[in-house]
Amino acid sequence: MGMTMAEKILARASGRERVTPGEYVIARVDKIMGHDNSFLHAYEILQANGFTRVADPDRIVVVIDHRVPALNVKAADGHRKMRAWVKQLGIKSFYDVGMGICHTLMPEQGHALPGTLVVGGDSHTTTYGALGCASTGLGYSEIAYSMYKGENWFQVPETIRFEMKGRLGRGVTSKDLMLHIAGTFKAEVAQYKAVEFGGPVARDLSLSDRITMSNMGVEIGAKFAFFEADEKTLAYLRGRTDRPVRTFGPDPDARYLAVHEFDASALEPQVACPHFVDNVKPISAVGDVPVQQAFIGSCTNARVEDLQRAAAILKGRRVHSGTRLLLIPASQEVLAESVRNGVIQTFVEAGALISPPGCGPCGGGSTGILAPGETCISSTNRNFKGRMGSPESQLYLGSPETVAASAIAGRITDPRKYMA
Amino acid sequence: MSIVVTGKVWKFGDNITTDYMAPSFSQYSDWEEAKKTILHIHPQFPAGHRPGDVIVGGSNFGCGSSRETAPVNLKKLGIGCVVAESFGRIFFRNSITIAFPVLACPGVSAMFEEGDRLELDFDRSLVRNLTRGTERRGNPLPPQLIQIVQSGGLLALLKAEGQAAAR
Repeated sequence: MGMTMAEKILARASGRERVTPGEYVIARVDKIMGHDNSFLHAYEILQANGFTRVADPDRIVVVIDHRVPALNVKAADGHRKMRAWVKQLGIKSFYDVGMGICHTLMPEQGHALPGTLVVGGDSHTTTYGALGCASTGLGYSEIAYSMYKGENWFQVPETIRFEMKGRLGRGVTSKDLMLHIAGTFKAEVAQYKAVEFGGPVARDLSLSDRITMSNMGVEIGAKFAFFEADEKTLAYLRGRTDRPVRTFGPDPDARYLAVHEFDASALEPQVACPHFVDNVKPISAVGDVPVQQAFIGSCTNARVEDLQRAAAILKGRRVHSGTRLLLIPASQEVLAESVRNGVIQTFVEAGALISPPGCGPCGGGSTGILAPGETCISSTNRNFKGRMGSPESQLYLGSPETVAASAIAGRITDPRKYMA
Repeated sequence: MSIVVTGKVWKFGDNITTDYMAPSFSQYSDWEEAKKTILHIHPQFPAGHRPGDVIVGGSNFGCGSSRETAPVNLKKLGIGCVVAESFGRIFFRNSITIAFPVLACPGVSAMFEEGDRLELDFDRSLVRNLTRGTERRGNPLPPQLIQIVQSGGLLALLKAEGQAAAR
């Protein structure tokens, strides 16, 4: 019998012919990612336990993205320590303040490759599944352990598959598709499991759009959230890595715990309502919701294509007087391209505020925080109570198009209203 | 040595996120202020809990962010353990890693009312309601994970391994 993508990767990484769901393996990790929460605490805890070396600095990637630029002395001091430690440990893959969000940089800079095993000190590490990479989040102590040992323990997960048929309609994106999955199958459908997204819709999606769905894989509990690595993946990686890369997918006779099949053709834009990611409604059922903040940013939806599609809606229009539109491009590369293609100019002319690349207010760690009683529509991945600021604020999630349309109207709005 | 925890139960529903245990809005507050915001989702918990109390959770307890401060904060408050219908996987791993006893036990919510006394026999994955005289077995953990908790956590285990190797 064949193996799923998760089984193939865990078998290879643990030096085994094959593995079966439920068993525990010790696997060598190909890359370990840490940022200004996780790497900082991970190396602190290693030192506190008397360890001052790591297994292999070339397998470690460090990013400063959560509190950028440093917003107080505590954050600044953490960044200062990280720069010193990276030098001391000989870590070459270091991305300082403003280079971008870790989950955008890992694919962009060629660190997340098909068929490899990656751990990251952040729950949204599932993102690189979009490139056929088995990637998952760990806490900082386990990042410390992984850095020291170069390996970690994993339980081989069962795999569930989403077979997505049909074709997405106008103004409907992979974000809407993922919110639909969360709303329909609920937040626990993939708990402790690997997910494979397949079918004609998965094949049609661009790499950027696949990244949105794998990024939110963790919101349905997934340990890994795969797309098959195909010709599009290889084209994306060209020039980003000098490692040999190949297409990668499950065996045709792989065994799945469940296969969920649905047709995505009739889907309309979707919105996750307060205070949980699986509280999802089609936009026509959301009702009249005025918004004080609209945020386009985060590792979910702030890449070049996201910004282009939002800009197409903003072009020649102004953000509503009672609403602020905040744009935070996901990386320096995204910002540079969005300057070249005129998208940044469109945002500025529409009246948007633009902050430097980083996580922004998504996790409540940087600027763009909400006051009690305020409502925000956001292109991010979580709308938990108090996540972006006050626990008395309201957070809705949608595609960058929905956020842009809502910023113009000053209330949650169907983006198709502004499409030619 | 077997780990047995007893305490008074606080009950929580489904999908309790790590954001509620380590809220970002209190990240720059000192501990005395920050601790008042831990599990703010329960109206009585922040002011009412006492060291030695325990938590019974619904499904997907600890979903969301990988912040290890979530179980660390519960431990710092003196919470003895969490027994829940099911857990978010990173919270579960983090708890084992920092030697904070957790048990996934389908059916546990219906077994307890808030204020009941719970006993967890961690090594045997056995939970008892001492107030009502009922018991239930949860999902057993493999010996290597039980050993991490018994050793005082993953880093303590690593340190002990290092010392043993140096000897």
